Amino acid sequence: MKFLCLRCDEVMAFAERQLPGDGTMAAVFGCPGCGHEMAMLTNPMETRLVSSLGVRVGGRAVPEQPLEMTRSALTDARPDAFADEMPESGTSAHAALQGTADETAALADASLHAARVQWDDAAVDRMARVPSFVRGMVKRIYTDWAREHGVAVITPQVMDQARTDLGLEGM
Amino acid sequence: MRKFRTYHQVTHETGSRILEQVLEQRARLTDRLATVGAIIAIASGKGGVGKSAITANLAAALALRGARVGALDADLNGPSLGRMLGVPRAALTDGAAGVQPATGVAGIRVMSMDLLQQDEAPLRWRGPEGDGFVWRGLAETGVLREFLSDVVWGDLDYLLVDVPPGTDRMARLIELVPHPHQTLLVTSPAEIVRFVVAKSARLLHDAGVRNVAIVANLIPATGTRLSPEGRAAPLDHSGTVEPTEADAVDAVDQLERETGLSVVARIPYDPALATLTDRGAPFVLASPDADAVRAFALLADRVERGNGGRYAS
Repeated sequence: MKFLCLRCDEVMAFAERQLPGDGTMAAVFGCPGCGHEMAMLTNPMETRLVSSLGVRVGGRAVPEQPLEMTRSALTDARPDAFADEMPESGTSAHAALQGTADETAALADASLHAARVQWDDAAVDRMARVPSFVRGMVKRIYTDWAREHGVAVITPQVMDQARTDLGLEGM
Repeated sequence: MRKFRTYHQVTHETGSRILEQVLEQRARLTDRLATVGAIIAIASGKGGVGKSAITANLAAALALRGARVGALDADLNGPSLGRMLGVPRAALTDGAAGVQPATGVAGIRVMSMDLLQQDEAPLRWRGPEGDGFVWRGLAETGVLREFLSDVVWGDLDYLLVDVPPGTDRMARLIELVPHPHQTLLVTSPAEIVRFVVAKSARLLHDAGVRNVAIVANLIPATGTRLSPEGRAAPLDHSGTVEPTEADAVDAVDQLERETGLSVVARIPYDPALATLTDRGAPFVLASPDADAVRAFALLADRVERGNGGRYAS
């Protein structure tokens, strides 16, 4: 699907996607020549059609999660279908946050800091309310977003920010 | 009429990255299956011929020979393979690299929609009411893609895929795995089954799928007759003319001639096969001396010597 600005004969470029939560989708495209913008609006059936392909208009901010389409679309899912591979440990991330005098240790901690993200109690409580069928997937999405943005501790505010940034619906 | 450029004349991308995402999906699928020695599709086109029981018992027969075996239940609407392979209802381990498959009898790695759904719940998707026919097929293809690419199958000698009834379902698998190493079309001697299986054979031929063979199931043993539904039952000597073992053999031979495909196994009807397999104890493990088990052993040997098999020539 491509949009052509007839005035400029330029291909319009993707600018933004919004999921207002009612099953519809808005994807904004702009003309690089004249700046004219247009929004492509899809009805719930069209939105579902696109998501059934496992793709996102505008690309993905975080990689596609394992069984993402299945988990997001299946009703009557078993709540205990999945168990997390390994719970996030905050200890190492805490150490990285504290800092160390030793340069080698600091480098090691920086590496751990990049690899691990800590969750505060309020964020953990909020995650507990996410259905367990998708909890592992949602947790990884927030964790990946936090890593990419250099966030060491995930709080409810960070989750809100990530959700807005990623255009996550119902997470 | 105004003239403006058409889709193919516009070479510049919009930045919506749809094509890139599809290519990434394909790459992930290829990478995941790179550690699988051979993909064996078990299909028919017709329901009720025992595809899942064949899959479960073939998987067990291969595992008994020391092969590393995975089994994917592609029947999303009527999943049964997990139960047939004795998979416990434990949670699947969920990690960033993918979802670990469940482990059934003989160490067979299994993925089935049955592991994700509440008991007795039919397959239903979130989506707008009334428009399901537009996107449901896409959703099911998407799930099959995720089962193939997002499950950590690991190093396998064989991944058996139990394809649900309907020739369109076979076509969906071919879209994702264009060239299964081997495809087994399961038939029974019943005429209506053979009719549909012949259609499936034609579909596979036209799609360029090679290494297709027939597995004849529900062959009545000597001294039994075959009901019109293709089930064997004791001879009633009532004087009615019903197919016998010889008729069944003739019927399967006829399918072989019509399709040009080889019959690589003839599984004799044994009521215990279905009963035990349905309980999660594949027949080949529970009754090693039965005629049907010997037939499965021969089938496993054919698979092992076939395209992609451990002993392929």
